[in-house]
Amino acid sequence: MADKTMRLADLASHVRSGMTIGIGGWGSRRKPMALVRELLRSDVTDLTVVTFGGPDVGLLCAAGKVKRLVYGFVSLDSIPLDPHFRAAREAGSIETTEYDEGMFVAALRAGAARLSFQPIRAGLASDVLTMNPELKTVASPYDDEVYVAVPGVRMDLALIHLNRADAAGNGQYLGPDPYFDDLYAMAADRCIMSVEQVVPTADLTKDAPPQSLLVSRMFVSGVVEAPGGAGFTSCDPDYGRDEAAQRAYVDAARDPETWAAFAKSYLEEAVR
Amino acid sequence: MSDVTDITRAEVCVVACADAWRGSGEVLAHAVGIVPTISARLAKLTFEPDLVLTDGDCFLMSEPPPLGRNASAGGTIESWAPFRRIFEILATGRRHSMMGASQVDRHGNQNISSIGDWRKPTRQLIGVRGAPGNTVNHRVDYWVSRHSARVFVEAVDVVSGVGNDRARAHGGAALRFHDLGVVVTDLAVLDYDDAGLLKVRSLHPGVTADEVTEQTGFAIDVSGATTTRLPTAEELELIRTVLDPAGLRDKEVRR
Repeated sequence: MADKTMRLADLASHVRSGMTIGIGGWGSRRKPMALVRELLRSDVTDLTVVTFGGPDVGLLCAAGKVKRLVYGFVSLDSIPLDPHFRAAREAGSIETTEYDEGMFVAALRAGAARLSFQPIRAGLASDVLTMNPELKTVASPYDDEVYVAVPGVRMDLALIHLNRADAAGNGQYLGPDPYFDDLYAMAADRCIMSVEQVVPTADLTKDAPPQSLLVSRMFVSGVVEAPGGAGFTSCDPDYGRDEAAQRAYVDAARDPETWAAFAKSYLEEAVR
Repeated sequence: MSDVTDITRAEVCVVACADAWRGSGEVLAHAVGIVPTISARLAKLTFEPDLVLTDGDCFLMSEPPPLGRNASAGGTIESWAPFRRIFEILATGRRHSMMGASQVDRHGNQNISSIGDWRKPTRQLIGVRGAPGNTVNHRVDYWVSRHSARVFVEAVDVVSGVGNDRARAHGGAALRFHDLGVVVTDLAVLDYDDAGLLKVRSLHPGVTADEVTEQTGFAIDVSGATTTRLPTAEELELIRTVLDPAGLRDKEVRR
């Protein structure tokens, strides 16, 4: 099996301006923050970002990297709203595809299955259809039901963070929730996965059940060992959300000068 | 037993919300906010024992977990429901939500997405989240911790949760599971008349009809309003000593 391990700094060679990039995790949980930091360090722009958003979205918006955001919500969990996402929206500086959360999952599932759409009841009669006028409905061929046809989302690149993987790219989550990281990997042409720890394949199931093997190497192009690579979001059971860091991030958003200092020190942090 | 003479408004709200779960049976209780969370747990411990409770993370708990803490704080896990399964469960209809609302109109359209023009909102909120899907799949109630004309508006800026007018206007059978129940606020319990319009079902003790009318941004029928019931001694005991000993409910209800 090919050794797919790579360094964080190698991410730059996988990204180009204008790409559609999926970011795994959920809110402020198991976000691939070390990989996001590398994105911030790169010179790519005009990204379409597909995510259940957390601070990844705020940081990328603040850095002017985002052209379009496809999301079900953006939240820091314990802090309900991300200040930079909010500022970008209120300035009208990013395009948005705001979906119902179930619709977002339908888009991922359809994308992973290479289907042009997946039908869903969610969104009918709501302003999700007004805000996304390109969305179409589809009539059931069997009865008189009409559904929203959520277009499948395909990504050029997915970024995810798990607890462990082997060098071949078999990824394992040890926390209680898989979120949707396997779907991101399957709906993307390539997936870069950072992990807390790279271990020999046989060690993956020595102390954890095989059901925890969430992502198969079939769907992974690169593996980065990045201990703490989800910080300041959570990566259970290795660590919880760093509430102090979250507060510092939100407080720094209050004025441009404080933010510049925060962003500079955040980018300089030696997580390589 | 607790003293029933010093009942707070928050406690009245908790039982008003708890009554919304009456008859729900064996479904997943999805409760957003402190008062709704306490209410679902209270309902399970009293008149609705089959209700299925989550710890707010990804475990279903066979008895109420400590408020604000997940399964790791103790308790008995009876099942696993990570986020992906939540969407599967809600699509089956075996779920009942009590959500917040930044805006609600007379038809029960709810907004949690943004204020102003969605293209360049004056205030970005959290996004529609699950409201569009919840409201077309299973029963949905709303909890408004501060009843005001800023919340109860003529027209919401973004229809996140689908109201009765929109659901009725939708042709075909796809919205047959649309089911709005009640809107519980810190002043009153509202429900819907036959035309699908919000009306006042009951006023909390000490609240006048004029107060509710003034704090509602559209004309609302208060003519049939009764008085919201008080918690029983047993309910008070459970709220105060078992479910919310730290008194978090009083932080959410300030009147």
